[in-house]
Amino acid sequence: MITRFIDRHQRWLFPAPAVIFIVVMMIFPLGFTLWNSFSGWSLTAGRPNTFIGPQNYFDLLRDARFWNAVLNTFYFTALAMAVELALGVAMALLIDARDYPGKRIVTSLLLLPMMATPVAVAMVWLLMFEPTAGVINFVFGQLGLPKQLWIAGSSSVIPSLVLVDVWEWTPLITLIVLAGLAGLPSEPFEAARVDGASYGQTLWRVTLPMLLPTISVAGLLRFIDCIKTFDIIYGMTGGGPGFSSETLNIYTYNQAFYYFNFGYASALLVIFFTIVSGVSLLVAYSRRRLEV
Amino acid sequence: MQTSTTRLQRRPRRIVVNVLYAIAMLSVVFFMLTPFLWMVLNAFKTPLQIIKLPPELIFTPTLRNFENVFGTQNFMRYITNSMIIGAGCTLIGLLIGLPAAYSIARHRQNRLALTILMARMVPGITFLVPLFIVFRTLGLVDTYTSLILTHMLVGLPFIVWVMVPFFESIPRELTEAAVVDGASAVRAFVSVVLPLSGPGIVTASILSFVFSWNNFMFSIVLASSRTRTVPVAIYNFISYAQIDWGGLMAAAVVITLPVLVLAIVTQRYVIRGLTAGAIKG
Repeated sequence: MITRFIDRHQRWLFPAPAVIFIVVMMIFPLGFTLWNSFSGWSLTAGRPNTFIGPQNYFDLLRDARFWNAVLNTFYFTALAMAVELALGVAMALLIDARDYPGKRIVTSLLLLPMMATPVAVAMVWLLMFEPTAGVINFVFGQLGLPKQLWIAGSSSVIPSLVLVDVWEWTPLITLIVLAGLAGLPSEPFEAARVDGASYGQTLWRVTLPMLLPTISVAGLLRFIDCIKTFDIIYGMTGGGPGFSSETLNIYTYNQAFYYFNFGYASALLVIFFTIVSGVSLLVAYSRRRLEV
Repeated sequence: MQTSTTRLQRRPRRIVVNVLYAIAMLSVVFFMLTPFLWMVLNAFKTPLQIIKLPPELIFTPTLRNFENVFGTQNFMRYITNSMIIGAGCTLIGLLIGLPAAYSIARHRQNRLALTILMARMVPGITFLVPLFIVFRTLGLVDTYTSLILTHMLVGLPFIVWVMVPFFESIPRELTEAAVVDGASAVRAFVSVVLPLSGPGIVTASILSFVFSWNNFMFSIVLASSRTRTVPVAIYNFISYAQIDWGGLMAAAVVITLPVLVLAIVTQRYVIRGLTAGAIKG
């Protein structure tokens, strides 16, 4: 009786538990956030959960710390993505160029940075970046390069954090591009060889154009993760020095869990969510245009 | 004449290219491994050795840092917490994710697939703030329940992402034959489809477990004294005025090592799982 019922309705019964999870843990929170963003709710300011209209959004527009966070987020994301895509593709082409014993070991080493616990990794970089006793400044000194403040300096903090993100996530791009390279048809390369194309010509005219869809998906994946980077930034700087590495994610976190301004934090979340989905949709759309 | 000179020139050039290639590969490997090397080296050093310049690469190792981490810091407790949360999030994730992924694969329920993948796209903090308010009202902050539920937001998309293409590759005829033989839909799924999906389930479970083990943001908000996980515990090391670098590095070794061993042992599956969505798309 019950099995017959399940058989007949398996189309929606199989995914039902997952759908309930999605509604309770994703859709309800999103709606609740939208609702809260019109509330003045704050535990620290002692304001109750009352409706205040779009006031939070007006306040946000005049909030210098918000605009600072927007700039930091895009600076971090753009720099990290540019370096990771360039390095990741270069590393994949490098690894793919030759066969030698031990090649498999190199590909498995690629997994280590991105599987390692980000907070643990952040702590190691914290020690290496240490301005006086850190190994990076020691090596800089030995090479005759000027010592840097790294994450302790307000202008060097974001590039330093990008370095950590590059170390952690460039391998993902390399792995994706390697898989893409393995899936390319061999005919165009043979044709290029027959026509006497040089390595550079083959790379620019054949390999890279054919890899473009793979590279753009890798880029989209990185965008989604870069823009919400939390662990290494919060773990190493907490948004400092001052607010110079405070991204939207960190600022929202502070508003919600340091100041407990739930209403204001919710308005921030709505903006953050809109930016992320907007750019993702734009990328997905332009990708489709590219392919057609 | 022309050809013979180029052939003569080509051999030394080939050697130069090979040497350059080897140097490039070695620098890539060196860059990737240095932080791990540094972590392990300093985990076995005394505080004075850690700040000594130039850094010593050969020294008498000490186990003091590890004794500290497991003795005074009660790290075993945090490891147990992380294990319980990671296993819970993965098991429940499989329980609800596998049938959903199967249904998506069989009935082309693309809208459902997209909604689940949305959890991968949307910044976790968007869910965390409202859920924290709810969990606070329900008295669920600092319980395994709230941590497992939030970690599933990370694990479930991985499970669905890995399993949908996997189920799509299993021929429909197999389940149809089972149904003709009188098996129910659930029976056909459990005893025909699942036994063929071993590698997919392994990949999905590893990714779900590892990303739960590594998760920091959900845990730092929702876990405190009773359910503190390892990433939060290691972060708490630096909140003291004087950073205990040796203990910090020892703790980093303890929490990274199991994950790295797991990743290396199952690398073939993990690489496929991490890149699956990208290649298909």
